[in-house]
Amino acid sequence: MSTIKKEMRMKKLENFMSSFRSNTMGMLGGGILIFFIVVSLLGPLLFPFNPLEFGTAGNALQPPSLSHPLGTDNLGRDVFRNLLAGGRVSLMVGILATVISMFLGTAVGLISGFIGKKTDIILMRITDFFLVLPWLPLVLILAAILGTSVWNIILVIGVTSWAGTARVVRSQTLSLKERPFIERIRAIGADDKTIIVRHILPNVFPLVFANTILITAVAILSETTLSFLGLGDTTRASWGMMLHYAFQSGAASSGAYWYFLPPGIAVVLVVLAFTFLGYAFDEILNPKLKRR
Amino acid sequence: MKKQYILKKMLQSLLTIFFVIIFNYFLFRIMPGDPLAMIMRNPRASAEAIERTKELFGLGQPWYMQFFIYLQNLFQGDLGLSFIYKQPVTTVIWDKILPTVLMVGLAQLIAIFVGILLGVIAGWKRGTKIDVVALGFSLVTYSMPTFWLGIILISIFSIGLRWFPTSGMLTPGRSFVSTWVMIQDAAKHLVLPVLTLSLVLIGEYALTMRNTLLDVFTEDYITTVKAKGFDNNYIIKRHAVPNAMLPMITLIAINMGLVIGGTIQVETIFSWPGLGRLMYEALNGRDYPLLQGIFLLITISVILANLIADVTYSYLDPRVKS
Repeated sequence: MSTIKKEMRMKKLENFMSSFRSNTMGMLGGGILIFFIVVSLLGPLLFPFNPLEFGTAGNALQPPSLSHPLGTDNLGRDVFRNLLAGGRVSLMVGILATVISMFLGTAVGLISGFIGKKTDIILMRITDFFLVLPWLPLVLILAAILGTSVWNIILVIGVTSWAGTARVVRSQTLSLKERPFIERIRAIGADDKTIIVRHILPNVFPLVFANTILITAVAILSETTLSFLGLGDTTRASWGMMLHYAFQSGAASSGAYWYFLPPGIAVVLVVLAFTFLGYAFDEILNPKLKRR
Repeated sequence: MKKQYILKKMLQSLLTIFFVIIFNYFLFRIMPGDPLAMIMRNPRASAEAIERTKELFGLGQPWYMQFFIYLQNLFQGDLGLSFIYKQPVTTVIWDKILPTVLMVGLAQLIAIFVGILLGVIAGWKRGTKIDVVALGFSLVTYSMPTFWLGIILISIFSIGLRWFPTSGMLTPGRSFVSTWVMIQDAAKHLVLPVLTLSLVLIGEYALTMRNTLLDVFTEDYITTVKAKGFDNNYIIKRHAVPNAMLPMITLIAINMGLVIGGTIQVETIFSWPGLGRLMYEALNGRDYPLLQGIFLLITISVILANLIADVTYSYLDPRVKS
């Protein structure tokens, strides 16, 4: 990369960062997210939790106390430790599923927009088909068929959530393709692959980023819902599994608020953080919104 | 022109439904291993159900014949036998449609009305405290797992205050002196599920309404009206809101998928005897014929909802021609 190009990229990044710093939603979302990432990375090291171990029988559903800051669950295990371990699973599912979805969506969108013609028609038919399918039922059925491991859940969410990204990338590619600078690059002899990877992709990427960060929010919510509905990975201590056990053991009807409130609040905060970030990026990167 | 457009949309929907049928067929065949072996391992599958499934799958015949048999059965309304209920899938599904339509319909009506109102107020009073509160409320309910909201409402209103029952559609074991008393009982059971589902939807409708309203404000015709000297309230009521309503029609149709997702959770939490609860049972009992039937029904409903939205939109927006 030439130094001029490098400088231009740095300048762009600086502009972005300064807009981001003045965006309340973005800063709030970023703050919450950093907090959760740090806590989920360090927490389980300090307070380990094994989802396959039972607690002591006489210790079940105890309200918060000094030794158990968030009380105990129906098996007498510490809710606080479970909560820390759950953050890892939720964030992992959210981020990995988004990576799959982002990759698929970008690839389909780029190919469809750049090649056009029949390829475009076929790919966009498939995309529309995925857009119209009711998402959660599809994810639930796929999870039930494939079996309930956390890797399957990641795969299922990733493979079913790329259609929106593909649409965004395609329309961006279509408009970029016609710009003079692409024509110039083609004139000096660049092949399709170089044009797509070196010139279109970097220009499309910011919007992809704003779009996919919202997918992370949806992915985390879906993992929670999947686990709650009994399709979760029983060997992992996710927030969704906590809520599943809480509901199955009747924690809500016995008033064990310390059991079913914390995981739900954690999910809301993390999902909210991703949503805030998505909105902030959209506001900064989407020129259409600036006019408002 | 309009007729052609509608015809084209109808053909497209038909094609999509055909895709769904094919997709639905292969979806239940990507199971690891032999699908029938998988089904037979299900302890709930009766000998009769296995026999019916074998017949339905056209076992021992080449795959294209199997697919043909599937299509033939489908068009005769035969979706196989449910493992759990030991009855035809169509019969099982049929009984659950009305409760779901009732619950979802009410929740949608409330959510659309309140959501649009909230969105208009937020967009109108942009940047004020009202806007911040409306935006905050919308984003928080949007970020909340539907089932968790349901659990919280149950613990407050059913267990804490004892205002509403926790689950079901009618009080079990109660005999009703008149239909009116029965309706009252059902209404009491309806309150919390409808409240949960509409709360989740209100946020999304409000956000979209607010954003489209802000988009409309940047349009040239609004600038023109402003230049003519009309006051802000008049512009919002007569020009901005009616135009911002158009995208809402599409959103409500696209949202059908999301509504169904919410319905599965709400019906599970409140044991509401509808399709969502049925799907939960089918998922956990690995009742594949039933799952396949429910999925087919909901995808076709979503496609039809989209078709209706497209047609309505073409009548309301003169810019849509072909």
